[in-house]
Amino acid sequence: MKTIALALQPSDLAVLGGACGADSEAILLTGAPEASFGFTTIHCTGWESLPPADEAARALADLVRGADRLIAVTSMAARELVPGLAAHAGAACLSDVVEILSETRFRRPIAAGAAFAEVEVDGPVFFTIRPSGFPAAEPTGEASVADLALPAPGLERITVAAARRVGRPDLARAKVVVSGGKPLGDSETFERVIGGMADALGGAVGATRAAVDSGIAANELQVGQTGKVVAPDLYIAAGISGSTQHMAGIKDSKVIVAINKDADAPICSQADLVLVADLFEAVPALQKLLASR
Amino acid sequence: MLILVPIKRVVDPYAVVRPLPDGSGMDTAGQKFDINPFDEIALEEAVRLKEAGSADRIVAVSWGGSECEDQLRKALAMGADEALLFEAEDLDPSVIAAELQALVAELQPGLILMGKQDTDTDHGQTPPMLAALTGLPLASYAARITISGGSAEVVRETDSGEETVTVPLPAIISADLRLNEPRYIALPGIIKARSKPLTRRDRLTTAAGRTRVVAYAPPPDREPGRRVASVEELAEAIQAKGVLA
Repeated sequence: MKTIALALQPSDLAVLGGACGADSEAILLTGAPEASFGFTTIHCTGWESLPPADEAARALADLVRGADRLIAVTSMAARELVPGLAAHAGAACLSDVVEILSETRFRRPIAAGAAFAEVEVDGPVFFTIRPSGFPAAEPTGEASVADLALPAPGLERITVAAARRVGRPDLARAKVVVSGGKPLGDSETFERVIGGMADALGGAVGATRAAVDSGIAANELQVGQTGKVVAPDLYIAAGISGSTQHMAGIKDSKVIVAINKDADAPICSQADLVLVADLFEAVPALQKLLASR
Repeated sequence: MLILVPIKRVVDPYAVVRPLPDGSGMDTAGQKFDINPFDEIALEEAVRLKEAGSADRIVAVSWGGSECEDQLRKALAMGADEALLFEAEDLDPSVIAAELQALVAELQPGLILMGKQDTDTDHGQTPPMLAALTGLPLASYAARITISGGSAEVVRETDSGEETVTVPLPAIISADLRLNEPRYIALPGIIKARSKPLTRRDRLTTAAGRTRVVAYAPPPDREPGRRVASVEELAEAIQAKGVLA
């Protein structure tokens, strides 16, 4: 079975190394690999940034046609690139696979995590995976790197590029995530209380849809069915009621901590640790205790 | 300019839906159905573009059984000029993309405005698949759309923030949450829209899906949580879990 790992960034390689079998090859779209992660060859495009997804799919189509499997780590970018590649290659396509059950059968969440579907596929299949379901590969050995020398197409379409994230870890991969909801009130308070806690623990910042919609937090921080899906060791939710859509994005967290004034909030029946308290007092106090541990 | 807006009928995204005990499907008995929320946002944007003079006709289209007429009637009430319903059972994204490809060839729309994903399968595959099949440019996850002089400027959400792209028309744009707030349509409005044309047609292609769901299972239960009485107790409990480096 010919498997291709499609890494959008170097940090995808460890996850994909764990999900792909031996003798797999990888295509790395941006950056340079730090190790082989078990891949026989890592083909590098040398792109400085990701081109528009439809252009990238067209540029990569010939390279992936004929693969029995193509696997990428889920993200907004991967979720629009992989289906395009599948359409070009005539392959089946699945989003957000959490378990590979057999050569033709896969498990994935549906309906905001209300259920898991077992899906049977015919023929080649291209899919994205959620990293939490797959143990990362060891960074073994120096990578055998091949340059693809593929021009990055369609970059002229992007007139204002997204600002690169600095400082805090990637929300989708962070070991600790501290999230806040609408009760934080305004963006300065959100940054001070939630951002402060996240920085003290070396974690990432997340937010609810309500917090994002009311302008308290940036769009890319939204956690949930339609935002980022996170799976940290520790998820601290402050002032978050726990809608189905939000819980869909945090269910794979190892430990969920809820700090909420309302003991009847849905999150209080789903979190591992619940403190019914005013977040404006509890979060800074907790930060102090954990930072001095 | 003609705008084509695909509509999917989904179970109320705010309802709690569980798998049937035998795992053969989802238990949707007694549930309300509605337009997929992202499709509704796409349609609202199409109506606003028409109101602003950037478009002169909106066609809403759905694949499924006769029950989808309810959602298409609502689409007509929101401002679509015409609705098409293609009889289909297999709603795999690759099938819908192939069907849309054929419809795009027939109608030659200037813009295909569609939801970025549905809320029942959460796949999000149809827009990029349609772009691959048609060769039309794609701007996904749109948060703002401005049409001028044969192109669309789209502010789109990405993994790391917002970027702005300009795509020549015809193009495919997929709608994200923050593009707009769809207008509310009361029942009388839906009844009034009955004078607008809703046409049922046979499928355009013989495309067959490459995936099929064979079983549905509930998610694993989480261990019951624990209430702590104080911040001190919470800090100790977090440390005892060993989740902090």
